Amino acid sequence: MNRKYELVYVVSPEATDEQVTELHTQVESIVQRMNGTLEKSENWGRRKLAYEIGRHKEGTYVLEVIVGGGDLMKEIDRRLKVSDLIIRHLAVRVDEEQGVIERTRERRTETSRRRRVARGLPADRQPGEGQRGEPDDDRDDRFDIGAEDMR
Amino acid sequence: MNGKKSFGGGRGKSATGAQGKDGQRRPMFRRRKVCKFCSDKIDDINYKDVKLLMPFVPERAKILPRRISGTCALHQRKLRTALMRARQLALIPYTAE
Repeated sequence: MNRKYELVYVVSPEATDEQVTELHTQVESIVQRMNGTLEKSENWGRRKLAYEIGRHKEGTYVLEVIVGGGDLMKEIDRRLKVSDLIIRHLAVRVDEEQGVIERTRERRTETSRRRRVARGLPADRQPGEGQRGEPDDDRDDRFDIGAEDMR
Repeated sequence: MNGKKSFGGGRGKSATGAQGKDGQRRPMFRRRKVCKFCSDKIDDINYKDVKLLMPFVPERAKILPRRISGTCALHQRKLRTALMRARQLALIPYTAE
């Protein structure tokens, strides 16, 4: 079973750096034990939370990209739920969505290249080519102008 | 720009004749809104990209409706899931206090 998951967890601001790395190694060991692979690991550092979560106003965000099966994620989810230091976590399956994104991107470049060749242009966009942007009319983009109609 | 005019269908043509009380017609020009994600060719609406999502979260922290932002149906759907995921992780507020 090869599925790709993205896991983001928020560690309590009271946790020390060692505790954060320890949590990371815990996740890593679970992944390894259950025949998964840890593809990427990123620490976003300390960020302000958009709302308070149990008196906490900020937290350390850690992102892990994991390849493995559903039972692996279930185990990780259970472990993260139990941990006191983790105040929030979210695991999302991403492989299918990433495939869709890649395909649409490919299709787009392909059609644009085909059309450009049909018009007798080189397949790739040359630097300095294309329409110049319109002067910005930022009033049009503002949402607060019509706020009374929103309700 | 007059503040009183209501936002009609966001997807409609930009020029609509507004009928005044005296039956006088005056053309109202409203630039047609386009989907930001279509025009900028953003395929991936990701919940981690707070900078991309923030323009769609007004002060009250509600999700900006399609009729105002002009986002197309497909991208509004993707935007919604991204915003809700970002909310879970406290990257974006649920409400403004």
